[in-house]
Amino acid sequence: MAATFFGEVVKAPCRAGTEEEEEDEEERRETPEDREVRRQLARKREVRLFRRQTKTSLEVALLEKYPCSKFIIAIGNNAVAFLSSFVMNSGVWEEVGCAKLWNEWCRTTDTTHLSPAEAFCVFYHLKSNPSVFLCQCTCYVAEDQQYQWLEKVFGSCPRKNMQVTILTCRHVTDYKTSESTSSLHSPFLKALKTQNFKEPPCCSLLEQPNIAHDLPAAVLSYCQVWGIPAVLYLCYTDVMKLDLVTVEAFKPILSSRSWKGLVKVRLDAFT
Amino acid sequence: MTDNVPAVSVGNVGQLAVDLIISTLNMCKIGYFYTDCLVPMVGNNPYATAEENSAELSTNAEVYSLPSKKLVALQLRSIFIKYKSKPFCEKLLSWVKSSNCAKVIVLSSSHSYHRNDLQLRSTPFRYLLTPSLQKNVESKIKSLNWEEMEKSPCIPEISDSEFCVRVPGGGITKTLYDEGCSKEIPLAVLLKFVSEGDNIPDALGLVEHLNEWLQIIKPRCDDPTASALPWKIPSSWRLLFGSGLPPALF
Repeated sequence: MAATFFGEVVKAPCRAGTEEEEEDEEERRETPEDREVRRQLARKREVRLFRRQTKTSLEVALLEKYPCSKFIIAIGNNAVAFLSSFVMNSGVWEEVGCAKLWNEWCRTTDTTHLSPAEAFCVFYHLKSNPSVFLCQCTCYVAEDQQYQWLEKVFGSCPRKNMQVTILTCRHVTDYKTSESTSSLHSPFLKALKTQNFKEPPCCSLLEQPNIAHDLPAAVLSYCQVWGIPAVLYLCYTDVMKLDLVTVEAFKPILSSRSWKGLVKVRLDAFT
Repeated sequence: MTDNVPAVSVGNVGQLAVDLIISTLNMCKIGYFYTDCLVPMVGNNPYATAEENSAELSTNAEVYSLPSKKLVALQLRSIFIKYKSKPFCEKLLSWVKSSNCAKVIVLSSSHSYHRNDLQLRSTPFRYLLTPSLQKNVESKIKSLNWEEMEKSPCIPEISDSEFCVRVPGGGITKTLYDEGCSKEIPLAVLLKFVSEGDNIPDALGLVEHLNEWLQIIKPRCDDPTASALPWKIPSSWRLLFGSGLPPALF
């Protein structure tokens, strides 16, 4: 409880999340109809992977079905635009599947012609080297769907000989620093890597007390636990909508050793 | 072996307390509690002391140990996904049972505004013991003059309601205690009545209280007037209340 300036006592939000007692009470009061609604909602929120070309579901996890040496995933429209402009334009990529999901914030599109305004999560592999996979994800994967997404993509027997790269953006006000965030020169890149990722990252590491959240954190956690070499590049920006300056902030990644051969772009053309 | 587990509770006091224990004792990470019940998060080593050890990735649930003191700590760093707190408790207690811990201690907190008049006038610390632990440690606990958590009406709105143990704001504390009782797990709960705010002093209070029992760290000297034990604040506690302020504000 907390008192406002007007002397009224209100229930203050608790940093510990939902009150356990409230959830218990909710479950005790649940009727069979409520339980059925909850079950149907859970079914509606299921993450499904399928092939748009054949309209068939993928019965096996994507990276268990195909051998994978490299997996690059862009989460959010600026990271997706970066991969589209610099990586997908440098080779021929074939779609191998897409994730269909629904939550309160988005519903993935069913159309084959994707536009930046729509929410989608599509997987591709490089035709010249089919063990290289790429995922473009502009939809928000909710916290109760992230583990399912991981299972459907990585499966239960992850390959340790693949390398994972995750690209995403966060708003600069999320970045904690002893200076004021208004004095930071954004956009800027920060990295987090798993224990088995031995290559030096293309930018400085994300300092504590900063953390990563949502799907990027779910993927990196999975890789850390299963010993997969993985790196997350986080671009802190003050423009979360599609923005050229933010997209270009990911450019240092193009000089990574593991991205050699993936990108056929003359970097000096942009200086 | 003693296992310390925080409950994600009001003021995050249990979690802060486990942070202090891991940081002060320089405990080693021995594994991950990988689960779909907690919201994912990652960051670099929250207990880093130098550039060399700052780049180790940490996830939302990790296990640390100190073999010399037969101590294991499980740190939880994020909240439960809706409807997943009970499955988590089941998984946790199943792991605890299979690891043959001599006792499990849950560090937690409860809303201070829920205290009755008697509780307002007494120490803010409370304990609970499951029957299977009671016989082993009851005499030690009694010698410390600790207060057991009082029972309160199960349904406060009903005047002749039965009395039971309630821990408002305690997250999974009550579930862990109830399940610990029914599954015969030697489990203790140690909690403090707190309000949300700067809960660092509450965490320090809770670990000092725990230390009275477990003697995890000895005082620096034998001076009975020395009130502060050398608890090491983790580097991740920097900027707990946000970034620096813009100078233009003033």
